[in-house]
Amino acid sequence: MVGKILRTAATVPEQIISNDDLAKTVQTSDQWITERTGIKTRHIAQTESVVSLATKAAKKALGPMDPLAIDMIIVSSVTSDALMPSAAAEIQKNLGAYNATGFDINAACSGFIYAYTLVQAHMSAGWCENALIIGAETLSHFVDWQDRETCILFGDGAGASLMTSVPGTPYVPFTRSFGQLGDALTCNPIYPNAPDKGNHTVLMDGRNVFKFAVKEVSNAIHSLLETNNTPIESVDLFILHQANLRIIQSIARRLKVDPQKFPTNLEKYGNTSSASIPLLIAELEQSGRLKKGQKVVLAGFGAGLTIGACLLDW
Amino acid sequence: MLEKIREIVAETLGLDVEEVKETSNFTEDLDADSLDLYELAMAFEDEFGKEIPTDDLKTLLTVADVVAYLEK
Repeated sequence: MVGKILRTAATVPEQIISNDDLAKTVQTSDQWITERTGIKTRHIAQTESVVSLATKAAKKALGPMDPLAIDMIIVSSVTSDALMPSAAAEIQKNLGAYNATGFDINAACSGFIYAYTLVQAHMSAGWCENALIIGAETLSHFVDWQDRETCILFGDGAGASLMTSVPGTPYVPFTRSFGQLGDALTCNPIYPNAPDKGNHTVLMDGRNVFKFAVKEVSNAIHSLLETNNTPIESVDLFILHQANLRIIQSIARRLKVDPQKFPTNLEKYGNTSSASIPLLIAELEQSGRLKKGQKVVLAGFGAGLTIGACLLDW
Repeated sequence: MLEKIREIVAETLGLDVEEVKETSNFTEDLDADSLDLYELAMAFEDEFGKEIPTDDLKTLLTVADVVAYLEK
């Protein structure tokens, strides 16, 4: 058995912050931000939360399916509203998916891919028939809005995919983490009784994150395609985590693939961590750019540091 | 070494080799931004098998600086 993505839906908060808006409070400009990242606007949660955004996306992705038919709900988030109950448990309650096993995972921007591979493993073992995988983030809560290096990059949103088990064999995914490089992207919570480690907003070593993304995502995609005996020319679309346009362009160059095969929507939403891949999938499906029968590579990369890539026949 | 460096710079920044002179300053003459510099550093590291720490990278402002650094 293999898990097929039946439907993907996404949502972003209402409030939009443009580059010009940011230039009012930090030393930056629309030109500077656009050239270095490709980002023009990002959506920021005011009244919305990880759970409210994820629930909205999950409801849309569920469509006409009976929520009682859902066996598994996995939420990938680094910005969960609560430590407990998990976001997945809350979504279960909100959907009425009372037969599901719900839990959260933290693999940063690779999380949606890791959730996908977890569901594939369960479906392939025959343990799971229908699942919801969700990437949902409110990164705006953890960003230093005075730090012009990072506040320009991140946005909020949620995307959900409904997966169902069908006859077939899954492609082997590629996943790897690089904990030895973890210091490049960090953020600490505030606990009442734990020693304060400081750094309560996202701290990033830009150079090392850029280098890691460009090198290791390219390697991951090569590995993924080789393992699955798939020539790179046969891939129709590469849906990459929407971190930064320059990273995506560099990866396309390194892979020697036409950049047209790397769609983006980071211009509108910025880097929404694990929500970025389902946010883009939903948009591409709606526009018709992502079609049945296409060969698609999904690739996430982020804090950990982590990488996840999978191959799909859409 | 100089020729190879000029080649790498031209390819990475999408320029003609003729535009890349020994005295070319990456940011002022070749219009490179910080991400271009990261890409250049990666290309040099890959080609010459030598890690360039970020503190050192900050001192490499021209093609000549890179040649001198890598020849050490």
